[in-house]
Amino acid sequence: MLTTPLKEDEVRSLKIGETVYISGPVITGRDEMHMRALEYIRDGKDVPEDIKGTVLFHCGPIMVQSEDGAWKVIAAGPTTSARMNKLEPEFVRKFGIRAIIGKGGMSKDTLEAMKEVGCVYLAATGGAAISLAESLSKCTGQDWLDLGMAEALWRFDTSRFGPLVVAMDADGNSLYDKVNSELVRP
Amino acid sequence: MIKLPEPVEDVVVNLLRLANTKLPEDIGWAMEAASGWETNEIAYTQLGAIMDNVKKAEHIGLPMCQDTGIPVFYVRGSFDSSIGKDIAKAVERATKEIPLRPNTVDPITRVNCGSNLGPGMPIIHYIPTDDDFTEITVLPKGAGSENMTRLYMLNPADGIEGVKKAVINSVLDAGGRPCPPSIVGIGIGGTSDVCISMAKEALLVPLDEENPDPVLRQLEEDIFIALNSSGLGPMGLGGSTTSLGVRIKKCACHTASLPVAVNIGCWATRRASARITSEGVEYAQGVKF
Repeated sequence: MLTTPLKEDEVRSLKIGETVYISGPVITGRDEMHMRALEYIRDGKDVPEDIKGTVLFHCGPIMVQSEDGAWKVIAAGPTTSARMNKLEPEFVRKFGIRAIIGKGGMSKDTLEAMKEVGCVYLAATGGAAISLAESLSKCTGQDWLDLGMAEALWRFDTSRFGPLVVAMDADGNSLYDKVNSELVRP
Repeated sequence: MIKLPEPVEDVVVNLLRLANTKLPEDIGWAMEAASGWETNEIAYTQLGAIMDNVKKAEHIGLPMCQDTGIPVFYVRGSFDSSIGKDIAKAVERATKEIPLRPNTVDPITRVNCGSNLGPGMPIIHYIPTDDDFTEITVLPKGAGSENMTRLYMLNPADGIEGVKKAVINSVLDAGGRPCPPSIVGIGIGGTSDVCISMAKEALLVPLDEENPDPVLRQLEEDIFIALNSSGLGPMGLGGSTTSLGVRIKKCACHTASLPVAVNIGCWATRRASARITSEGVEYAQGVKF
């Protein structure tokens, strides 16, 4: 069980193949959120403070807003992380991301940035959106809703969020590379 | 045109709810069978998490996956042209009622209209027949798997071995991105556009239905065995459960062509159909056509 915000030494102690659960704050971000945050930084504009050192969940949840304005999560599984390959190395470095939760794994360049910064990639079960939403105990806010529900930055408090497999670690090891190198092909 | 017992709009909202909240039984059975022989611990945990999620989604009546996709419709039988408008209204209503995630955006500006509609939406394939029913089928297709779609215009000399190699490599190259264990839909023959359509339509065929063509049946089996011996596993994290089923459709093609298309369905290959007659509406989650 890991509690966020994560510290660099505890992140660096995680090894590929281990299964973990997370409790505490996480934020979501996909293509558009990455692009906007990096653009704002380049233009010297303010970005939400809590992106720094966060656990970043690659996810576009289904959310509903009640009459009092509060948001509630309906379904929230991981999205395909590889779409962010072009953006993630810079994002990890600029914001000192400690963990990425996603599915399918990421590029060598991202792995390199993760090693430098002290960041791990945690694989969540793709499509397990109801089970995962259950452990997002509370939506604590959102930014950039103009990007659309799926692309906005959502904040959640998590409680025993998982199971998450350490699939890329801060030593530069990747479970995906290991599986790939052993694949039986025609 | 037959007289419909209830508004098409209501039937389509029901269809979208059924497809998104309840995994087709044949896929559930395939998953349970797979978890019985899976020996990789991480893979076994992934399959368990998926099955647990499927049960919860059905029980509480909410979408099993947050990517409720783009609903692709097939309308077959007798119908008139107004049916498209009814389906569009149903998509907008279902987006709020179920709810579905608003997924459609302008491809250039990326602006999301919030209703899952927009130019060209919803996508509807019309198949008129002389039957005295109207059958509406929906296949909500998520982007993780749809983005892995491939078309190969092979040479006739590549033969059946070339087909196998292209399909297997496309699934292995996709890795964990399309959320394996996947259903692999394959189109062989036709023109490029028809081939791609067949690959998607193949995902509608239930896994427990035998392919009537013995050659295609053998090919389905060979590809299935190769994929599950590859070691890719659920979510690309390793294991022996890479695919839950392989479905192939074929069509005649040009003597100089051998088109092959692959459309991967994630484990949550969602499908539902409603056959509407003057007697009533019958719902199912696997269709033949």
